[in-house]
Amino acid sequence: MSDRVLPDVTAESIKVIAESAGIGQLPDEAAAALAEDATYRLKQITQEAVKFMHHGKRRKLSTADFDNALKLKNVEPLYGFHAEEHIPFRFASGGGRELHFYEEKEVELGDIINAPLPRIPLDVNLKAHWLAIEGVQPSIPENPPPVPKEDQHAADRPPGVTAKPSGKDGTKPAGKPGKAEVKGLPSEVAGVKLKPVLTHELSVEQQLYYREITEACVGSCESRRAEALQSLATDPGLHQMIPRFSTFVCEGVRVNVVQSNLALLIYLMRMVKALMDNTTLHLEKYLHEVIPAVATCILSKQLCQRPDVDNHWALRDFAARLMGNMCRNFSSNINNIQSRMTKTYTKILHDEQSHLATRYGALAGLAEMGHDVVKSLLIPKLKEEGEKVKMLMEGPVHNSVDKTAAEHIRALLLKHCAPVLAKIRPGPDNQEQYKTDFGHLGPLLCAHVVKARQQQQQQQLQATTTTAAAASVVQRPTLQIPQVRVLA
Amino acid sequence: MADPNRTVVVTDGSNDASTVSGAATGVQSSPKGEKGAGTDPSKMDQQTLAAVLQFLKNNKLKDAEAALRREAKLPDGNGDSSGSSRVATSGEVSSVLSAYESEGDLARYCEYYNSLSSFIESSLDAHKHELGCLLYPVFIHMYLQLVYNRHEKEAHKFFNRFSVEQEDWHQEDLRTLSTVKTREQMEGNDLMDTFRSSKFVLRMSRDSYQSLRRYLKQNEHRELLSILQDHLFIDVFDGVPRNREQVQATSGAMMGEARRDANKVKVLYGLPKEPDINVPLDDDDEGAEGEDKPKKKKQKKDLLLNKNKKADPNAPPPSRIPLPELKDADKLEKVLSWKEGLKRVPLGRENLPSICFYTLANAYQNVSAVGVSEDSSLLAAGFEDSNVRVWSLSPQRLRTMRNASELDQLDKEADDIVERMMDEKTAADSWLLHGHTGPVYATSFSPDREQLLTSSEDGTVRLWSLHTYSNLVVYKGHNYPVWDVQFSPTGYYFVSGGHDRVARLWGTDQFQPIRMFVGHYSDVTCIQYHPNSNYVATGSSDRTVRLWDVLNGNCVRVMTGHKAAVHTLAWSPDGRYLASAGVDKNVLLWDIAYGRLLAEMKGHTDPIYSLCFSREGSILASGGIDNTVKIWDVQKVFEEIAGSDDLTSLDRASLVEVGSLLLGSFQTKATPVLKLHFSHRNLLLGCGRYQHS
Repeated sequence: MSDRVLPDVTAESIKVIAESAGIGQLPDEAAAALAEDATYRLKQITQEAVKFMHHGKRRKLSTADFDNALKLKNVEPLYGFHAEEHIPFRFASGGGRELHFYEEKEVELGDIINAPLPRIPLDVNLKAHWLAIEGVQPSIPENPPPVPKEDQHAADRPPGVTAKPSGKDGTKPAGKPGKAEVKGLPSEVAGVKLKPVLTHELSVEQQLYYREITEACVGSCESRRAEALQSLATDPGLHQMIPRFSTFVCEGVRVNVVQSNLALLIYLMRMVKALMDNTTLHLEKYLHEVIPAVATCILSKQLCQRPDVDNHWALRDFAARLMGNMCRNFSSNINNIQSRMTKTYTKILHDEQSHLATRYGALAGLAEMGHDVVKSLLIPKLKEEGEKVKMLMEGPVHNSVDKTAAEHIRALLLKHCAPVLAKIRPGPDNQEQYKTDFGHLGPLLCAHVVKARQQQQQQQLQATTTTAAAASVVQRPTLQIPQVRVLA
Repeated sequence: MADPNRTVVVTDGSNDASTVSGAATGVQSSPKGEKGAGTDPSKMDQQTLAAVLQFLKNNKLKDAEAALRREAKLPDGNGDSSGSSRVATSGEVSSVLSAYESEGDLARYCEYYNSLSSFIESSLDAHKHELGCLLYPVFIHMYLQLVYNRHEKEAHKFFNRFSVEQEDWHQEDLRTLSTVKTREQMEGNDLMDTFRSSKFVLRMSRDSYQSLRRYLKQNEHRELLSILQDHLFIDVFDGVPRNREQVQATSGAMMGEARRDANKVKVLYGLPKEPDINVPLDDDDEGAEGEDKPKKKKQKKDLLLNKNKKADPNAPPPSRIPLPELKDADKLEKVLSWKEGLKRVPLGRENLPSICFYTLANAYQNVSAVGVSEDSSLLAAGFEDSNVRVWSLSPQRLRTMRNASELDQLDKEADDIVERMMDEKTAADSWLLHGHTGPVYATSFSPDREQLLTSSEDGTVRLWSLHTYSNLVVYKGHNYPVWDVQFSPTGYYFVSGGHDRVARLWGTDQFQPIRMFVGHYSDVTCIQYHPNSNYVATGSSDRTVRLWDVLNGNCVRVMTGHKAAVHTLAWSPDGRYLASAGVDKNVLLWDIAYGRLLAEMKGHTDPIYSLCFSREGSILASGGIDNTVKIWDVQKVFEEIAGSDDLTSLDRASLVEVGSLLLGSFQTKATPVLKLHFSHRNLLLGCGRYQHS
């Protein structure tokens, strides 16, 4: 107790308060005596206030608790202090002193009176859900995810095992109901952890769900698909089914690439995206299935029936972005996803024989890997690629397919390289300089870089204004107009 | 404050024997005899003299004073050589005496305390833990004496040096204590009042006690002795000294453990049979349904009643407490609940319950209380903005009664008169009740679901009609926040308890309490009526649970062991076991028959606010603001004690040795569990308010 800072009101504080109340020369002894008394009373009241907090069944002390404690001591409460959840104390230091203070703005009453009334808050309502059914917590959105993400991540736990919901502290009941053991739950009997036999069994409900979701995802109804994807992206209880979904995606891509069914490939990629968006899932274990599928969608020679008309470029872009995300989220020293993917991409680029669409995919994939990759791998290649594009666009053989491919490659390179160049290359931008540095693409690139620079400047400006705006939002008067509640 | 203080102090000096209880006399008498041979007798005499002189002076007995001075060869007037500057300045005998009392060597308190603690450290392991309990009360009283005698600096030093050595669960009180730094502040401080006016109770085996006596004989610490005599009550028992776990299990309460004799009274915890329901009840049934069913049921019912008749020699006679007579509706109610009970799912460690959780969404103000009616059809939530809201949990929507003129036209002989009285047009899912002027801390439905009780920070208990959704009665009396209120299982009576440390028993038709249950040292935080309506259990922030007899208002059980305020209680359906829990995150299970602690259930990570036994009593559910419902296997404990019904271990308060009792733990997303309730069919209902992160 002694090494803690004593929470005392100091005599100086009392003097400051006295001054603000108009008492100029407070003797030191008086200030000290007052300070001691103030400390005592504050502590007393705070202790009473804690009782109110406990009875309010909260973890946080509120100003209302303090008011009630004052009332208990027969002191007039401090009316008009309305506590929000968060009281923004600001920190200031100077003159060797540190201070926390609550910034109170002067409030223009007129503004409040003239302001439109806030919306009437929703009425209190009561909603029921099953927290447990015969001792098993159902995986519904109302319940927390059955297995916290950390646990899914834990290496020793085999994937797809239904684990019993356990408390945060990880204490598990010693003996599990016998019924549960039959299902293959991990059981701890007398402290010995037995690894259960794995049975990848889905319940009937889960099987139904799987069917519904997969049908909706690749079906023709767009609204159903949206719902299904929404469910995949938000439902907390899906970890058991990821193996099925990843296999579904993997197989789906394999079949549809052969059949060049662009639409289905897009749907499958959207499923992957939804699964990645689900914060309660951990996909790492299934990357061996998912990554080849996604990579296929980036790099495959042919993804659609009519390469000259269909926009398979969008799919490649989308899949490349997914891959980029995966590299960012899951790449580790062990799996080295990012470096392996980068190698794959560069190998394709080195191969002079590679198909144009594949080249496009490789370039898109590299472009999505982040600024560093663009800087070190893409920009040095600009000259070479520029020549290739030039050859295709202006070459003797006029192949419309090749031409569109060249156009797309050019657009891609410009789009991704310009912002990076704008950052790493000092201005001013000289057309000639660019031409010598980057060859054919130089002049166009220069124009894009100039544009990118302007955009960046604008963004900076906007950022400053928005933070100012945000600050002004924060500093808005916090007086609240009490809601008039009408008895139904 | 001043008065009890001074009386204590005065008696200390003048009349030891009268204040010291039997067990402590032994301590006191032996050193008394050797007082003269103490270390500095001359100083002591001088102080005594000074005190007597002061007394004479104050009472204007000048001649006597002069004579005494002459005799003692003391100089006149204020030039006292007694070394106490305080004698001259203080005008009151009491303060002189108290100065005298602790004048000895205030500065040496640290030394005394150190000596005591090293004695305890070095004593035999067997005694160590029992003796260790001495340290805290001795510490407290030494500190208070230092403060009382205006040795603020020493007090501060003393506190900082030794407060860290005290057990964790004392830190809350120590924090309160640490704010008290001057004598003025001692006045009006509740905790100080308690410490100065009541004795701290310790239980000790005779062996440990003997070793303490030896220590006291060897070391002439007069201060220590006087503290032990005046402020401690040492309850000596014959038997093996308790070990660390046993001592810890029952320590923690504000004023030490329960005295042994406090839990001696026989408690009639059994459930009375329900004889007179039998005949009229069946009539009722036939009247209501009139088909084949009732016959079958009658047989079953008879069986049930027969079983009941044999049971429970421990049940109180039915006439012990005048209970409201059962109305026809009540009887019907009982039959219905019994019928529901037939569909009950047996629960146990193999069959965990299903939990249906009700979440209050969009609550503009925090929810501070939730109550569920006995038959699980109604739910009432109390809000911190003083509102109470009643919901129906069944398909039956909530209706008010028709107005007077419409009621007048009804045929009052009709069978379904109650139904007809209700106005279908007013049916709503929920009703809002306005009336309180502070946060509502408890809600309780009457057993017939016609009334609702609420208690609030504004110091009142209000009775609401659930026919008209209006306030019927305001019960004033507590003047301070009322933390809990509960209807008796038979209706009519109810008990409230609050910040004024008193639990009051009321009848709904009287505006003054029928009984006052006084004895807690701090706020009465929770109340649970015994299933047989003859007893009331209360939990308090003095960290004890007490059981009161409704018949005479006596406290019949004091149970210590909680390390922080108790916030919830639950009776097992058979009325023998009581579970309690609160801020210390532990659930304790008590055997009311002997007032002993049976089991401790740890696992929650935040204060617990709700407990409930399943209908057959095999499972206990607990929930708190750690957003978790935990299920405990109490059947295991009951089996264990049934196996070894060892009455001799009564004094030793040994925990039943069973492994972990936790059966399941179910977490909500972000909803604290404020209320748990088992329906007749053993479906567990939970309720709380969703909290945005």
